[in-house]
Amino acid sequence: MKPRFKHLLGIELLTRSDIIGILDQTESFLEVLKRPIPVVPALRGKTIVNLFFEPSTRTALSFSLAASRLSAHCVNFSFPSSSVQKGETLLDTARNIEAMRVDGVVVRHSMPGAPHFLARRLKAFVVNAGDGCHEHPTQALLDAFTLRQHLGSLKGKRILFVGDIAHSRVARSNIICFSKLGARVAVCGPPTFLPTDIEKLGCEVFYRLDKILYEVDVVNMLRVQNERTDLSLFPSIREYRALYGLTRERLSKLDKSVLVIHPGPVNWGVEMDFEIAEFPQTLILNQVTNGVAVRMAVLYLLAGGHEET
Amino acid sequence: MKKPERVLLAGGRVVDPGNRRVRIWDVLIQDGRIAKVGKQLRATGAQRIDCRGKHIAPGFIDMHCHLREPGQEDAETIATGTKAALAGGFTKVCPMPNTDPPIDSEALVRFELARAKEAGFARVYPIGSCTKARAGKELAEIGSMKQAGAVAVSDDGSWVDDPQVMRRVLEYCKAFDLPVISHCELTGFPYGVANEGLVSTRLGLAAGPDVSESAAAARDILLAEFTRARLHIAHVSCAATVSLIRWAKARGVQVTAETCPHYFTLTDAALETFDTNFKVNPPLRTDKDRQAVIDGLADGTIDAIATDHAPHTKSAKEVEFDIAPAGFIGFETAFSLGYEQLVLAKKLSLADYVSRMTTAPARILGLPMPCLQPGADADLVILDLKARWTWTRDQVFSRSQNSPFFGRQLHGRVIGGFLGHKQFWFLHPA
Amino acid sequence: MRQAVIDEQGLKTLVSQLASDISRRNRGVKNLVFVGIKRRGVPLANRLAKELSLNQKYRIPVGAIDITLYRDDLQLVAETPICGGSEIDFDINGRIIVLVDDLIYTGRTVRAALTELLDFGRPKSIQLAVLVDRGHRELPIEPNFVGRTIKTRHDDLVDIYLVEEDGTDGVFLTRR
Repeated sequence: MKPRFKHLLGIELLTRSDIIGILDQTESFLEVLKRPIPVVPALRGKTIVNLFFEPSTRTALSFSLAASRLSAHCVNFSFPSSSVQKGETLLDTARNIEAMRVDGVVVRHSMPGAPHFLARRLKAFVVNAGDGCHEHPTQALLDAFTLRQHLGSLKGKRILFVGDIAHSRVARSNIICFSKLGARVAVCGPPTFLPTDIEKLGCEVFYRLDKILYEVDVVNMLRVQNERTDLSLFPSIREYRALYGLTRERLSKLDKSVLVIHPGPVNWGVEMDFEIAEFPQTLILNQVTNGVAVRMAVLYLLAGGHEET
Repeated sequence: MKKPERVLLAGGRVVDPGNRRVRIWDVLIQDGRIAKVGKQLRATGAQRIDCRGKHIAPGFIDMHCHLREPGQEDAETIATGTKAALAGGFTKVCPMPNTDPPIDSEALVRFELARAKEAGFARVYPIGSCTKARAGKELAEIGSMKQAGAVAVSDDGSWVDDPQVMRRVLEYCKAFDLPVISHCELTGFPYGVANEGLVSTRLGLAAGPDVSESAAAARDILLAEFTRARLHIAHVSCAATVSLIRWAKARGVQVTAETCPHYFTLTDAALETFDTNFKVNPPLRTDKDRQAVIDGLADGTIDAIATDHAPHTKSAKEVEFDIAPAGFIGFETAFSLGYEQLVLAKKLSLADYVSRMTTAPARILGLPMPCLQPGADADLVILDLKARWTWTRDQVFSRSQNSPFFGRQLHGRVIGGFLGHKQFWFLHPA
Repeated sequence: MRQAVIDEQGLKTLVSQLASDISRRNRGVKNLVFVGIKRRGVPLANRLAKELSLNQKYRIPVGAIDITLYRDDLQLVAETPICGGSEIDFDINGRIIVLVDDLIYTGRTVRAALTELLDFGRPKSIQLAVLVDRGHRELPIEPNFVGRTIKTRHDDLVDIYLVEEDGTDGVFLTRR
C-alpha cells in the first residue's frame, strides 16, 4: 500500500498509522544494513538532492548514505549562510531544481515553512531535514524507532524532554510523534527555554529537573542551541549544568531501565557529562545507526509515489 | 465618466451614519453637490438611476493606507491606489508617509496632492511623518505640512521609541490641532513574524508577543494624558490594547483608535500553511483578541475601521515566511468583510458600521463631516448588500495582488458611486 | 473456468520427488542450504529441507528472501510494495544454494532473487527448484528441478495453495 502523503514535511501532518508504517518498513532496511553488501537496487536511476541551507555534517551524511544504499544517485548542495542573502532566492532555486528534473529533494533551512514552499512548487518529493525551529521529522521517526526497539510500544510510557525546547525543532517533532504513539510527554527546562502555551500541546511542564527525572521511562536530552538563541536566556553554563544537566550523579541515581537519547551533537559537560556516553542505557549511537535505516525507509516510500485521494 | 447636470438616485436605502439610521429616500445631485433629499423627488431632465434594493452611503474614508509613491511604484502608485480605493467605496484616503523618500516636508505633501489630482480618483489627504526622515529623532516640519494639506502625523511602520521625542511630537501637534497616529510596537523584543501563542509554538515561528503592542500603547496613552494632546492608536489587534483604550477614554484622555478588517476576520490559525499572504504587522492574533476587537468596535472604544492597504509585489512576497514583507492590500475587500463580520453577525447596525468608516475618521482628522444633506459634496457610494461574490485576481484594481481573501465568498459589494462631478461604476446598477 | 491440476496427494508426491532429485543430483546433501523466495517458496523450502534432513544427523539450513527491493518493475507497479525483509542467518560463502519457489513464469522474480543472493556473499553455486513451471520465459533462466510443467496461456491464472499459507495443498488453473 502506498503512503497517503507525497512529501514528508512534518510529523504534525502524519497519522499514527502513517508513523507505524514507516517504522515497520525501517525494520527491513535495518536488516539490509547488516548484510555484507548493504545495498539494494530499489531506487536505481533515481536522483536525490540534498539541499542544505544550514550547515550539517551528520544529517546530510545520513541522508546521503541512505540514498546510496538504495542505489539512488545523491547530490549534495550546501549553502553557507551568507550566500542565501546575496545569491539566489529560494524560488529561483526551486525553479532550477525543477528544470533539472530530480526525483527527490531533502531540504534543511533556517526558516520554518521553507520545505512547504518547495513542496508547493516542485514535482519532486520533498523531505524536511529541519526547517528553523519548526520540525525535524526524520529525527522524530528514528528516535521513535530506537525507543520502540527497546521498549516495544511507546503507549503509556513517560518521556521527559530536557533543555531548550523553545528553539528546538527536534523537541517539537518528537513531542508530537511520541504523543501520537500514545506516550505521556513532559518537558523540563528554565522558563526562558519553554515556549508559550507548550502545555496546550499535551505536555506536563516542570521547571525543576529533580522533581521529574526519577519518574520517567525515557529522557530525551536536548542540545543547548548556541547558534539559534539569544544568549540572555540563561545566566551561565555552570548554572545550567547544575540545575538541568544530566550529570553523572543524577545518572547514577536513575533506574538502570531508564533510556537516554539525544539528537546530537552533544555539548559534553553542559547538558550531559562525558561519562554518560559509556552507560548502557544511552542509545545515542543506536540512534545514528537507525537514522540511516529510517531515512532509507522514508526515501523508498516517497519515491514510490503516494495514494491519490 | 459622464458629466450630467442633474442625477436622481431613486428609491435607494440611504444610510445616515450621523443620525444612526437608514431610510428610503431619493437623492438629487446637481453640479457635484447634493441638491435635495426626500421622498418621491421629482427632477425633470435629470439622469434617473433606479436604486431600489440598493443602499446609498456617504463615501468611505480610509484613514490608514499605503500608496507606495514615491519610491515603490512597482507595487502601487497614487493613481492605481486611489482607483482601487474607489472600487472599495473609499472616496477619501490618507496615505501613510513611509514612502521613499518619506513624506516629511511640505514639498512631498504637495507632490502627493498633485499626483492625486492628476489621477482624478479618490481624494487624498496626506499624513506627514512625525520626525525627519521617519528616523524617530528630530521633529519634522509639521506646521508646514499641515499648511500644505496634511491631516495627521505618524511614523507608521515604526514606533517612536524615544519617549522624549514622542512627548515633543504630541506637544508640538497641539498648535496645529493634529492627531498623532501611533504604530505601537516596542522595539526591544527580537523580530517576530507571528503572534506569540500556541500557533507560533507549534509552527516554530519567531514570535511577537501582544504585550509589544499593548505596552507601547500604554506609554503613548499616558504621554497623551500628560501632554493633553491628541493621540490615535493605529491598527489595534489585541484584547489588552482594547482594554487600555477603554480605560483611557473613561479617564478623559484624548485618544482615538482604529482597527483593520483582518483583525476582526482572521486569526493566527491561518498561518498553518506558511502562506505569506497572511503575514502582517501587527500579526494576526487569537480568537479571543478577535472577539475583543469586535466588542471594541461595537461599544465605540475603537472609533474607526481603516484598511492598512499594503501592496507588495509578487516577487517580494514569494519568499520564505520569515523574510517576506508584512501586509496585504485591503481597499477592495474591506467593506464586504466588515458587513459580514459585524453587521450580518449582529454586532453593529448598518448605520453604525458605516459611521466607523465615515463620520469617525472625519471627526478624528477634521475632514468635512460626511453626510447626505443638501450642500454637501456628492461623495457617495452605492452598495448591493444582497450580493454574494468571490473576489478573483482578474478583478483587482490595485497594482499588487497580495491578499489572503482571494477565493473567499464575500457578502455585500460596492457597485459604484459619485465623487463630486464624476460617476464611477463597477457593476451595472440595474 | 477453474480446474484442479494437482490435488493434495499429488502435491505431496511432487515435493518428495523434488527432494530425491535434488539429493541424487548433488550426490547427497552435504554443503546444501535452501533459500525460499517469499512468500510460498519459503514453506516449500522448509518442506524440502525437512525431508532431506530426515536421514541426516543435522538440520539443513533454510533461509528466506524478499525480492521487493530488487524488482525491475517498480516504475510500473501500481502499489509500492511494503518490503517484508529477508532472513539469511548463515554464511552463504562457498555453499551450494538451492533457491526454491512455488512457480516460475517470466523468470524476473528469480533474476531479482539471484542478484539479492549475490549481495549476501559468494556461494559455490546456485540451483533452482520450482514446484510448477508455467512457461513464457522473458529471460534466459531455467530451473534445475521442476515438479510439473503446465502449458498455459498468458491470461490464464495459476493458483498454488500450500497448507502453511492457505490451509490446503493444491494447484488450480483458471482459463479465461
